[in-house]
Amino acid sequence: MHPAYSVILFTTASGAGYGLLAWLAVAIWLGALAPTGAPAIVALVLALGLVTVGLLSSTLHLGRPERAWRALSQWETSWLSREGVLAVATYVPSGLLLLVQVLASGVWWIVPAVLALLAGVGAMATVWTTGMIYQSLPTIRTWSEPLVAPVYVVLSIASGGVLLALVMALSSAPWRPLLLVAGALLLAAAAVKWLYWSRIDGAPRTWTAGGATGLGRFGRVRPLDGPHTQANFVMREMGYVVARKHAHSLRLLATGVGFLAPAALLLLASQLPSGAGLFAVAIATLGVGLGVIVERWLFFAEAQHVVTLFYGAENA
Amino acid sequence: MTALPATTRKKLGLVIDLDTCVGCHACATSCKEWNAGGYSGPLTDEDAYGADPHGAWLNRVHSYEVGEGAESRTVNFPRSCLHCETPACVTVCPTGASYKRAEDGIVLVNPDTCIGCKLCSWACPYGAREYDYTHGVMKKCTLCVDRIYNETLAPEDRQPACVRACPTGARHFGDLADAESAVSKLVADRGGFDLLPEMDYKPTNKYLPPRPRTFEAKAVGPVAESVPRPDGSAAERLFAWVDRVLST
Repeated sequence: MHPAYSVILFTTASGAGYGLLAWLAVAIWLGALAPTGAPAIVALVLALGLVTVGLLSSTLHLGRPERAWRALSQWETSWLSREGVLAVATYVPSGLLLLVQVLASGVWWIVPAVLALLAGVGAMATVWTTGMIYQSLPTIRTWSEPLVAPVYVVLSIASGGVLLALVMALSSAPWRPLLLVAGALLLAAAAVKWLYWSRIDGAPRTWTAGGATGLGRFGRVRPLDGPHTQANFVMREMGYVVARKHAHSLRLLATGVGFLAPAALLLLASQLPSGAGLFAVAIATLGVGLGVIVERWLFFAEAQHVVTLFYGAENA
Repeated sequence: MTALPATTRKKLGLVIDLDTCVGCHACATSCKEWNAGGYSGPLTDEDAYGADPHGAWLNRVHSYEVGEGAESRTVNFPRSCLHCETPACVTVCPTGASYKRAEDGIVLVNPDTCIGCKLCSWACPYGAREYDYTHGVMKKCTLCVDRIYNETLAPEDRQPACVRACPTGARHFGDLADAESAVSKLVADRGGFDLLPEMDYKPTNKYLPPRPRTFEAKAVGPVAESVPRPDGSAAERLFAWVDRVLST
């Protein structure tokens, strides 16, 4: 599958932003953050900024971005539409929370806390629908694997936790347990992702060219003449294989740079004075960003669509 | 709406005979010709005269080699939208631009509401949908919805352009919900099959398999009159002389 840069940027940035929204709710309800204090405001603005940049980026891969509003209408059947509806709905409590923080910071605690909770729940639901867009496609074996949506959620929570750690380190309001939990979540994310990779590597490739064409009963099916001389849309979009041969190295890179090293840095930061700790958390944040981008790229580049059987793939 | 109709009154579709298709691409080119100006038009080509020409086509003809050695055969394989009964390309559409008609089962894209997200093309196992990079919307076979009901056309032209163009009669159009229709009988007689039935999209279009090969050697009689051996007769020398004179 062709990895559209706009979609990779969208799921990476919005995933981290939504994860941060969820962490904001958790931190407020655990009493680690004052709901209308400066760190909470910085976290919310950062989260909404990332989500908004991601959503705007996702419209760049549309042929007709000016019609994007129409995507809110088919939530009854379409996971993409559900994602759009939930993304818009999540702006309501998070936007109100920002208003309360800026204009009515003296309000009763429960008001911003409930708004943060609604925003956090909406954020996680949105990320789940993102994963389901892919997981619901039976045409791509590596995507219809049931770990796809959970991986999206776990990576969102893990990257959001690192962002909250960064915000709190910046505001010199360190919350040591967060560093440990966020580090543990990165390790969990790496474990879930490796489980996913081992499953897709071990899954049988049951679709064949003979089955797709119905001609397998006459013997092995192989292409003799293509229908066109140059790659068409189907081959450009669904037959994309660049970097698949580097998959193993890229998996190691994503795991090492994106999850293991940042987890170690977070654990290290919990033992360092605040200045050095901030530096360690900042490096960890960059690593997680890079790691998730590589993971998303691989998610597309390793995905083989069943239509490739008509174009010479022997199985899928 | 992208919710699918529970049933459709008709199941209009194509039956494609892989035994008689000669792979001439007449169906593909006539499809392109009609639909470039029809419901789905334009069907834009990119870099048409450059090094990497490509464009939106609604019908593609593959040629496969199947089997080994003396048992091998060439099978030409036209591929287009199968107008499935449960097409995920429709249900994944976030805008309602993709829909399946309750009256005849045709799957269409409304080019005025499609946002060009391409998710439907990901959901299609058959590669039936092609994105028009210039128009910014998805294109697909319309089963020539603008021909089959078109009363300004002569009755014999009220069928899909690909069917009309096929020189070997390898493409058949009709109602596959009607067991008595010519296409349904053809499917029953010839063992018509679905592509990728395990995907459970329930394609309406059917493919007829190549007929069994016959390998028994037939006794072949004399194929031409044998040339008489020269016998040096006077008549033969006369004809040889005439031949030389006429040849100069």
